[in-house]
Amino acid sequence: MAKEPLLRVNDLVLHFRTRNGAVQAVDGVFFELGYKEAVVILGESGCGKSSLARALLRLLPRNVERYSGKIYLENANIMALDDEQFRQNIRWVRMSFVPQAAMNALNPVLRVGDQVAEPMIVHYGTKKEDALAQAAKMFQQVGVPLDFLNRYAFELSGGMRQRVAIAMALVTAPMLVILDEPTSALDVLTQANIFNVLKRLKKELEVSFILITHDIATSSELADRVAVMYAGQIIETSDAQRFFREPLHPYSKMLMASVPRLRTNVEPDFISGQPPSLLKPPQGCRFAERCPKRFAKCSQEPPVMNVDGIQVKCWLYE
Amino acid sequence: MDARPQPSQKPDLVVVKNLVKYFPVRSGLLQRTVAQVKAVDGVSFTIKDGETLGLVGESGCGKTTVGRTILRLIEPTAGEVYFNRENIFAMRPDALKAMRRHMQIIFQDPYASLNPRMPIGESIMEGLHIHKIGHPKERWEIAIQMLKKVGLEEYHARRYPHEFSGGQRQRIGIARALALRPKFIVCDEPVSALDVSIQSQVLNILKDLQREFGLTYLFIAHNLSVVEHISDRVGVMYLGKLVELTDRETLYREPLHPYTKALLSAIPIPHPNAKRDRIILKGDVPSPLNPPRGCRFHPRCPWAKDICARQEPEFKEVRPGHWAACWLVD
Ligand SMILES: Nc1ncnc2c1ncn2[C@@H]1O[C@H](COP(=O)(O)OP(=O)(O)OP(=O)(O)O)[C@@H](O)[C@H]1O
Ligand code: SF4
Ligand SMILES: [Mg+2]
Repeated sequence: MAKEPLLRVNDLVLHFRTRNGAVQAVDGVFFELGYKEAVVILGESGCGKSSLARALLRLLPRNVERYSGKIYLENANIMALDDEQFRQNIRWVRMSFVPQAAMNALNPVLRVGDQVAEPMIVHYGTKKEDALAQAAKMFQQVGVPLDFLNRYAFELSGGMRQRVAIAMALVTAPMLVILDEPTSALDVLTQANIFNVLKRLKKELEVSFILITHDIATSSELADRVAVMYAGQIIETSDAQRFFREPLHPYSKMLMASVPRLRTNVEPDFISGQPPSLLKPPQGCRFAERCPKRFAKCSQEPPVMNVDGIQVKCWLYE
Repeated sequence: MDARPQPSQKPDLVVVKNLVKYFPVRSGLLQRTVAQVKAVDGVSFTIKDGETLGLVGESGCGKTTVGRTILRLIEPTAGEVYFNRENIFAMRPDALKAMRRHMQIIFQDPYASLNPRMPIGESIMEGLHIHKIGHPKERWEIAIQMLKKVGLEEYHARRYPHEFSGGQRQRIGIARALALRPKFIVCDEPVSALDVSIQSQVLNILKDLQREFGLTYLFIAHNLSVVEHISDRVGVMYLGKLVELTDRETLYREPLHPYTKALLSAIPIPHPNAKRDRIILKGDVPSPLNPPRGCRFHPRCPWAKDICARQEPEFKEVRPGHWAACWLVD
């Protein structure tokens, strides 16, 4: 990434207020993303991935305890915008979203074509027929037959509905699309098809992707960059080439070793224990309790170390 | 050296012959049956004593129904299932109840399968109570023994399900299935809901217990990569039918059925140069309400011939120990 990145996220924080205290779902997240690139945010259940997506898009629930940090989109800090400016110029216009389980969230009483056209009408005041024409173009892009424009969501298979949700995110020609677990509810074959679509879109359109997922193997097909999330924090960011060959952080290493690989005698490994609660995460390294490499220093929070352009939050690389 | 007889020399523990399960679709005032969902439509296989048979297929292909019908948790439409040479479907309720002790199930969803208002020690004892095994103190001791077998501690027995993580709950589910010392366990997607970093912990526990107690498993999964390391043989299902069945080595290295090949090609690998396109199949799985004529896979098969649309290929042994239903390998 030689030139200025499209997106730069610095110390992003989103805490939720609950009866038992603050849930530190996003706690100092940082990463970068270039034009026409895809960054994969890898993390396991409950580590704060969906909360990160909400923080980026400012789709906040009522019980926000703390929301802070910097998000530079083309060099402008969009955290400084007020809500109205954010709604008018950012969300769905320059940055759009395919939420987790989007395919089950389509409006059941609207034709899918109308739904895909809607963001054009709402955000650009486009005339309905033009918006529908744009929707038709998007259907072609994502491989949904045109005669599906007039159908309802329940008439479509899971894979087709997910494509419709992707078409809806693309219709306003945003520069950045955030996909939260786009294929985790789908069968392997359908998953493969959706990823083929995403790979093609990335080649053909001027768009960057933030792909949020727990699926390490699938993510390697699209990723230019990788950011690994653990207990609300990014613990490693790297370019994909290097990450999938040799990740640096002990958690990343163990995570990769737990993925089953076909036709090998290498048995997949596992990480014993479980991630800490986000209510009162430990003071030091959040992975320390499960880390085989832990040493005295790990009871203090490790800073982010820079190892040949890879950022890793671990004392081993001091 | 391991002097145990290999599974191939062992007798069949479970024999499934032409298993059929249709679910009626009812409609209208009189709730007349208007259609049949052909969830399982003529499936035959055997599982040897001490063996693990993997059963793989996409969601809705009927694999869960196979597992539950074998245990007669669901009544079959037709077919026969023998457990230890006894016909399960011909059994009277009391004989079936006695038999159930030897056949257990582990469910996919570790959250839903435990009673939230019961300490987990009691959940584990429940089966012992139903089968009137031991007195309460002995049952409690067995429960604790089983907890230790799955890597948990005695003090866990008095805790409630919400105090455990997904992986721990799944291990509690295993402890519960194990308490009755069954011979056969249907594992219905036991790790699908778990994070990948803890999946093989559960798989390893299942393998260790199999060795220790001589267990036989039917291991159901929707993904070929999960079953590879645990199965001795693997069967692949598509739309209510088995399309291929053979030993693990052969299935992963020399698959014969086009559907198996597609499933294998669809498995992603974590590698920076994995940007290849995986085999693309046309369309989606058709509805089991109205499966295609001929070979059920023909509308999506890249190699379909004329005959595939007209006539259904027979599921037969095309090479020793290697079964497939496809006109190409006929
Ligand atoms: N509105 C909220 N109020 C309180 N806690 C919340 C709220 N939303 C999320 N959380 C908590 O924040 C943590 C992170 O949740 P999040 O949904 O971001 O995780 P995730 O990584 O997306 O998980 P999954 O893999 O299950 O999708 C969890 O502990 C969750 O319970
Ligand atoms: S900081 Fe210490 S405990 Fe944390 S990952 Fe590195 S070595 Fe392990
Ligand atoms: Mg999520």
